[in-house]
Amino acid sequence: MEFIKLFELFIAASIINNFVFTRFLGLCIFFGVSKKMETAIGMSITFTAVMVIAAALSWVVFFYVMVPLNITFLKIVIFIGIVAAFVQAADTIMRKVSPGMYYKLGVYLALISTNCIIIAVPLINAGEKYNFIESLAFGLGSGIGFAIALMIMASIREKLELADVPRPFKGMPIAWITTALIALAFTGFAGLITL
Amino acid sequence: MSDHVREKVSNWELIKNGIIKENTIFRLVISLCPAIAVTNAVKNGFFLGIAVLFVQTMVNTTVALIRDFIHPKIRIPIFMLIISGWVTVVDMVIAAIAPDVYKQIGLYIQIIVAFASILARAEMFASKHGPVNSFFDGLGSGLGFLVALVIISFFRELLGRGALWGFPIVDAKPMLIFILPAGGFLAVGLLMGFFNWIDMKFYGGKGAGGAG
Repeated sequence: MEFIKLFELFIAASIINNFVFTRFLGLCIFFGVSKKMETAIGMSITFTAVMVIAAALSWVVFFYVMVPLNITFLKIVIFIGIVAAFVQAADTIMRKVSPGMYYKLGVYLALISTNCIIIAVPLINAGEKYNFIESLAFGLGSGIGFAIALMIMASIREKLELADVPRPFKGMPIAWITTALIALAFTGFAGLITL
Repeated sequence: MSDHVREKVSNWELIKNGIIKENTIFRLVISLCPAIAVTNAVKNGFFLGIAVLFVQTMVNTTVALIRDFIHPKIRIPIFMLIISGWVTVVDMVIAAIAPDVYKQIGLYIQIIVAFASILARAEMFASKHGPVNSFFDGLGSGLGFLVALVIISFFRELLGRGALWGFPIVDAKPMLIFILPAGGFLAVGLLMGFFNWIDMKFYGGKGAGGAG
């Protein structure tokens, strides 16, 4: 029973309420790194990992520090602090512990701290009062959802490079219109699971 | 006296620069997340635009005022703190004065804290200039954002609902797609292409956003 609910939460976060296509978050990075499949994959891995850990950290801080002290109104300040500090720490640790991995994924880490999804997930977790496991499922689902979006987009944009697009629409505008079409497809999932 | 005049001109230039030449959404193509999230109605777009305008102006002024006391190595965390402080203020104010709007765009107001554009203005402009110039730079950049949001939401609400600011205007069957999420991407893409076309046709530009 519990497992089914978690699974529903996961599917809802990753596909039905996909952050990119229905909540419009993380677009700067979505358009920034979806030009090549390789970078898209690197970003997806880093992103999902950071997302889950950030969700866990902020849940602990929210329910064991902020709620008892009655300072939940400071959640924006504190969550952005947690995320920024964690990303910075991950950056430093990765550089020392595994330089190879840092060389591959380090650039994405720097980008992540300015991503809206990474701050939206703790805020939504706090707003919906998810418990710890649910928060993790929501974070993981959001990360996977972002990864799905990135990979779909990257594979389309690699082909789009070869297409004969009218000059004013080259680059960004056509990417937006492509996203609109994908989003339209994702609209079909709406109402699949209602939480 | 002449110095005073020059200052005035440059402030006006700063505002114009923020609205037209470096328009956050159409030209720099950053901070896009809210550009489609809240623009399904003019009212929502307008309120978010005002929130951003306020935060941008106040952050720029604050940073410019205390820029001499910030150690360069920890400037980004300090900027983040300043931004999140002002965002909290706006968040609470809008929740109090416009609860019905807040219900729809509340999450996106809190997300202002992660806007690249605000941090970028603080880092590129306010940390190097005086408070007055920074104030006007923030005002220009914020107004540019507001104008962009209002333009996008104008088209989306008109086409998708046949209404403006909640009042029905056109008595025809609206194109529902424009208030759906997909329509937001479509509207921004088309508008961006349109502005690029104007830029190329009349000003000989290369078109913005292509690099992004």
